[in-house]
Amino acid sequence: MTERTSFCPNCGAPIAFRWSSSVQTVCTFCKSILVRTDVDIKKVGQVADLPPDASPIQINTEGTYGNHNFVVVGRIIYQYDQGGWNEWHIVFNDGTEGWLSDAQDEYMISFAKEIPHLPTQQDAKLGANYQWSGIVFTVTSRTLAHYVGVEGELPFQYWDKQDVVFIDLRSHASDFATLDYSDENPVLYLGKAVDFDDLRLMNTRKFESW
Amino acid sequence: MPETGPKKEVPTVSVRSLSCPNCGGTVTIRSFGQAINVVCGSCHSILDAQDPKVQVLQQFQAAMKFAPLIPLGTRGKLRGTAYEVIGFQRRQIESDGEIYTWGEYVLFNPFKGFRYLTEYNGHWNDVAPLRTLPIMSGLRNISVVLLGQTYKHFQTAQAKTVFVIGEFPWQVRVGETVTVMDYVAPPRVLSSETTGDNEVTWSLGEYISGADIWKTFSLPGKPPQAVGVYENQPSPLTATVKAVWRTCGLLLVGAVLLFIIHTALAKDKVVFSNSYTFDTYNLAGEHSFITNSFEFSGSRAAPVKVATSANVDNNWIYLNYALVNEDTGQTYDFGREISYYSGYDSDGSWSEGSRNDSVVVPSVPPGHYFLRIEPERDRNPGRITYSVTITHDYPVSYWFLIAVGLLIVPAILITWRSINFEHMRWQESDHASGSGLASALSSMSSGGDE
Repeated sequence: MTERTSFCPNCGAPIAFRWSSSVQTVCTFCKSILVRTDVDIKKVGQVADLPPDASPIQINTEGTYGNHNFVVVGRIIYQYDQGGWNEWHIVFNDGTEGWLSDAQDEYMISFAKEIPHLPTQQDAKLGANYQWSGIVFTVTSRTLAHYVGVEGELPFQYWDKQDVVFIDLRSHASDFATLDYSDENPVLYLGKAVDFDDLRLMNTRKFESW
Repeated sequence: MPETGPKKEVPTVSVRSLSCPNCGGTVTIRSFGQAINVVCGSCHSILDAQDPKVQVLQQFQAAMKFAPLIPLGTRGKLRGTAYEVIGFQRRQIESDGEIYTWGEYVLFNPFKGFRYLTEYNGHWNDVAPLRTLPIMSGLRNISVVLLGQTYKHFQTAQAKTVFVIGEFPWQVRVGETVTVMDYVAPPRVLSSETTGDNEVTWSLGEYISGADIWKTFSLPGKPPQAVGVYENQPSPLTATVKAVWRTCGLLLVGAVLLFIIHTALAKDKVVFSNSYTFDTYNLAGEHSFITNSFEFSGSRAAPVKVATSANVDNNWIYLNYALVNEDTGQTYDFGREISYYSGYDSDGSWSEGSRNDSVVVPSVPPGHYFLRIEPERDRNPGRITYSVTITHDYPVSYWFLIAVGLLIVPAILITWRSINFEHMRWQESDHASGSGLASALSSMSSGGDE
């Protein structure tokens, strides 16, 4: 993991990109959304105060997935009518990046998967079946989510969003898939539901009287 | 909320409490904001636990107040994880004009999230949300398969929420109805809840005794008595039935082995055999006589078989036997009748009786013996020839049959009681009438593969 120190173009605070492929980060002091270009770092926006949340995970939380250690470097926060959830951007020792989603303490780890001919939002109806990577997935929920904010490092520019559609799919085992319709072309994430204990998280948040 | 206390590098997430916008009462948020709704305990206003302004979403008149058996705020360790009871709802279904209500508890751990307990008539279930989709199978989805285990459809019902208090990780409303489908494989139950056409959620419950709940949450007093048989209540007899049949099987194998050894070790030795003729022309006087002496060797008492054959044909002979020990004078008296009749009638030929007879005298001590024989018959003229054969240490099998009976009878009784239990279970299901026993039998057989 390379670490390159720069300074926030807005407030001058030091900015460290902990992961070489990070495209975007948020200044921890002034909450400016910063995008890294070939030449310098550009401020593209500002994060409003994040709503209070109760996830035990935070930036710099470390964990394990299938014998590989990862560290949390960023997140995207979403809300919908049944609550909110976090998509934590995680980076493994070998530089692989993935996502640890946390919805009311239900955890999933997933990785972007390039698969051609993904279904459109309209096609992926509740109960529809798709086979990816040899696994049959069934659409179990369609969520119209509202982008709330970002924190830390992300592998792409992600900040000027409003409402986004996610379609969640599950298998007859613990496999999990999400179709992300944030952009023009859908992105598929494949992964697994994981137990909190199996993640062996370190540097989690603390809760009063727990 | 102003933060108090010293600032730490890792701020502790603190418990919040709010003022109810309706009545001003204090509402504690125990889930640190993971819950979606919170219900004011004083005025029963359902509030948005996410919105800092906290608006009233619904207010309900509790026709009846249901006090949760486990008070909100109680903590206990369930399957190794500490959980706090943060919400409680009472739901009901209507079936055949009858209303059944049960309680559902929302449990929370800030790292592991939500878990649930249900309680109906003293029967408890520990319920966790399911992350795997069960596979529908059978005709009209009569069963579902989860990780290789088959769950049988028990009941489909419309569950209506009638009372809520505390926090919920979903939008909860009194009066709201969901379709609940239960599939059972005792001690587990697989449930699906369908709300409109948005989402189907599955959960997996496991039966837990009231005593265990009381212990887990350190509750005072005693749990309410469990009434009747619950849908996924493990039969107390299933294990017993298996154990009894296993023991029975082992003992039967033992009995067979003993029988084989016993038979193999038995000398089964003919010590005396002779033929006699009973002349009927000479019926007067004493007909009794004694045989030559013969020896029962060995050191232990053994069964002795006395076999008699007579060429009787439409007549009979009766033989009074006395087996006498020459050394001690001990006598075994017994009589045998040999008769054989045959003929023809409109149905064809018939016969009755047998020309051969045998009897076993159990436990005869070793020694020198003779037989005293006194034949009797009716006055029909003719001669009857009969032969007597004495076999020492004859292998007998009646004890074996008795043992088999004694072993199998309790096993059958316990199996019958177990079938009865399953019958009671399925009587409460959607599949009660008629098919109850069939379901019970098939569920017993499918329940045996764990």
